Amino acid sequence: MATFKEFRNNVKPNWCPGCGDFSIQAAIQRAAANVGLEPEELAVISGIGCSGRISGYINAYGLHGIHGRALPIAQGVKLANRELTVIASGGDGDGFAIGMGHTVHAIRRNLNITYIVMDNQIYGLTKGQTSPRSAEGFKTKSTPEGSIESTLSPLEIAMSAGATFVAQSFSSDLKQLTALIEAGIKHEGFSLINVFSPCVTFNKINTYDWFKQNIVNLEQFPDYDPSNRIMAMNKIMETEGMLTGLIYQNTQRKSYEDMISGFGADALAKQELSLSEEQFNKLVAEFK
Amino acid sequence: MISQLSWKIGGQQGEGVESTDRIFSTALNRLGYYLYGYRHFSSRIKGGHTNNKIRISTYPIRAISDDLDILVAFDQESIDLNAKELRSGGVIVADAKFNPVVPEGIDARLFAVPITAMAEELGTSLMKNMVASGASWALLGLPLEVFNKAVEEEFGRKGAAVVEKNIEAVKRGAEFVLEQAGGPLNEFKLDEADGRQKLFMIGNEAIGLGSLAAGCRLMSAYPITPASEIMEYLIKKLPALGGTVVQTEDEIAAVTMAIGANYAGVRTMTASAGPGLSLMMEAIGLAGMTETPLVIVDTQRGGPSTGLPTKQEQSDLNAMVYGTHGEIPKIVIAPASIEDCFYDMIEAFNLSEQYQVPVIVMTDLQLSLGKQSCEPFDFQSIQINRGKLIEEAPELEAQQLFKRYELTEDGVSPRVLPGAKHGIHHVTGVEHDETGRPSESAVNRQNMMDKRLNKLNGLQIRDGLRIDAANETPDLLIIGMGSTGGTIDQAREWLAKDGITSNHITIRQIHPFPTEQLIPHLQQAKKVVVIENNATAQLAGQIKMHAGFAEKIRSLLKYDGNPFLPSEVYKACKELD
Repeated sequence: MATFKEFRNNVKPNWCPGCGDFSIQAAIQRAAANVGLEPEELAVISGIGCSGRISGYINAYGLHGIHGRALPIAQGVKLANRELTVIASGGDGDGFAIGMGHTVHAIRRNLNITYIVMDNQIYGLTKGQTSPRSAEGFKTKSTPEGSIESTLSPLEIAMSAGATFVAQSFSSDLKQLTALIEAGIKHEGFSLINVFSPCVTFNKINTYDWFKQNIVNLEQFPDYDPSNRIMAMNKIMETEGMLTGLIYQNTQRKSYEDMISGFGADALAKQELSLSEEQFNKLVAEFK
Repeated sequence: MISQLSWKIGGQQGEGVESTDRIFSTALNRLGYYLYGYRHFSSRIKGGHTNNKIRISTYPIRAISDDLDILVAFDQESIDLNAKELRSGGVIVADAKFNPVVPEGIDARLFAVPITAMAEELGTSLMKNMVASGASWALLGLPLEVFNKAVEEEFGRKGAAVVEKNIEAVKRGAEFVLEQAGGPLNEFKLDEADGRQKLFMIGNEAIGLGSLAAGCRLMSAYPITPASEIMEYLIKKLPALGGTVVQTEDEIAAVTMAIGANYAGVRTMTASAGPGLSLMMEAIGLAGMTETPLVIVDTQRGGPSTGLPTKQEQSDLNAMVYGTHGEIPKIVIAPASIEDCFYDMIEAFNLSEQYQVPVIVMTDLQLSLGKQSCEPFDFQSIQINRGKLIEEAPELEAQQLFKRYELTEDGVSPRVLPGAKHGIHHVTGVEHDETGRPSESAVNRQNMMDKRLNKLNGLQIRDGLRIDAANETPDLLIIGMGSTGGTIDQAREWLAKDGITSNHITIRQIHPFPTEQLIPHLQQAKKVVVIENNATAQLAGQIKMHAGFAEKIRSLLKYDGNPFLPSEVYKACKELD
């Protein structure tokens, strides 16, 4: 069985020293090993941005696509081969700005994939512009007088879109993050894991220390029940989204693949392409 | 006895025009006639004038006719708008309910049939379509049993009582009009058809069927006129084959989902029209850059922007050829018949895997939605070719990656699907080396660009140029694409009678452009006219740019939303300077 080391490759990430993304990469590698995957059984599909490079830093099948479209590509991969474990990944700009439409609909569709957002509240690769996750008043190169748009709450959006698995973590908490990614992979449906991943170069407000002071771990609430949708929504609002842990999981709803009429349990990619003459003749008969 | 006639039904959208046409033409198809249909409709659901025209013939036809023999009208508007097409002595079958009048200056025989009244007598005005089609069928003197069989098939699932009522409606319409006319009209008596079994379908259905035959098992698409019939057809058929259609949130998701699925090994397509194609452009570049197979159908309609969504145009050519930033290899194929729609889809899926490139299949509204007769498809000719797809990669040393983008002589590299034990490699839209890892090396960049862009050198698809060159030095070479071929051939018959010799080339391989094959034909012709449904002569532009002969080339353009009529082509060719 593969260990997390086998999910490593020899590529040196081009992330800045201290970037939160390093820990997320490590957590994905550990979680993949912990759930018993072999490298060839995993496909990591990523978007564009600093975080989008992650698919190249894991020894697994990887596709680094176009900005904001990691999710539809990942869903295509999963539909074609449901035997693969598919992880989609990207930044907050990728998933909540340019790709927000796909995010909401991927949540609704509920294919069995895991979406890890590396949320640093800023655009890093383009060197410091505002993101939908930036706080109001946040000064960036594109908002020199401070952002005047309200901050987007991906957790509330996910809940209202009918998400079946919503979690949030912090890149410094490798143990929690790894466990949540494992749970996401095992979840039979779409899992959203938003991860606070500080940008040490362009975000001097939402720093490691800032997160440590401001987030609450759901473990602090022994009565918290992640199967309770109203409780989940309340907790997100009470904490203004600054919470970590498994926030919500619905194990009742079947995944999209399991609800498609006629869709088999095996990979579609392994099926015979040719029609039999009988199948063909039946199709043609309709047009006589 | 006559060998062909034209029939049209008009009314308000949602009033039964479609179903009347469907049953009427299905019955004619059973008798072995060749049919060619044209739908005139608006971008709304209920209301608004709509009409369907069919040309019925004992020999193959691929064009609408200029004139009309029989007009079935559910309202006066249908008469007012369409009577001018009637040939002298033509017939109008109209609902007596609205007291139809023949417009001044029109020489036509009017049969006012109590269409609505008869239908209501039988229980519902919905059966108007049956009364009307029964009446026009009877005027042609065709056997009623064949018609009733078509009615039975249309309504069979609703139970025997419904079938019986509809057959009764047909009978009443027929009897009424025969009494008024004193029997079937001799001048509309069609010669017997050859009785040979033909298929009768729209281009979009042939595209759907062709895709299934090609092994396509997934489609991701967003609804749009005039492409939606493709997804609607496939969602009915794919579940039985283990596949499915995903209606995505937009065309960007549609095309990127298709890229993901093709990457993972399932032949997947998407289909759209101009607005959707515009949205797909960035992703088409990704497919080109990552050498991922991809098949897109663009059913062209009137552009730009929302343009004329339900009207004919061929104005996306440049977008298909040049769209997406940067430079990628890409194939654009233009089917020119229903048969092409079927066979080209098989070829498109094969080419997309053999060359690992995006393939765009370009149709136009008339080809996609016009219902026509076609020859039965040949099952034996269906071949699936997946190119350099390998099941498993050779075992590599630790930390080595499979060379997915290996530099090869023909530029095409072995491809392995995710899941293969030793095939791990990286795929990225960033410039990359042979293993798929990002690389900014100048040498690598040049090698990879050359690899990708030279893959299609010398590509020749099946019938890339469809050539009808009976004359060695024709007065005229007429060049077209898509649905215009039948119209051009009709015009050529008339030109020949005037002593004007012409050759006809349908360009089916739009990109890469078949320059070498076309040049000799351009050389031979005294004059060349390029016929296309757009305002900026996009096809002529390709010919001039690649093959030259600008001084010889004239354009006949039409961009008012309607297909060319044979008479327009004939007249323009006659008057060519």
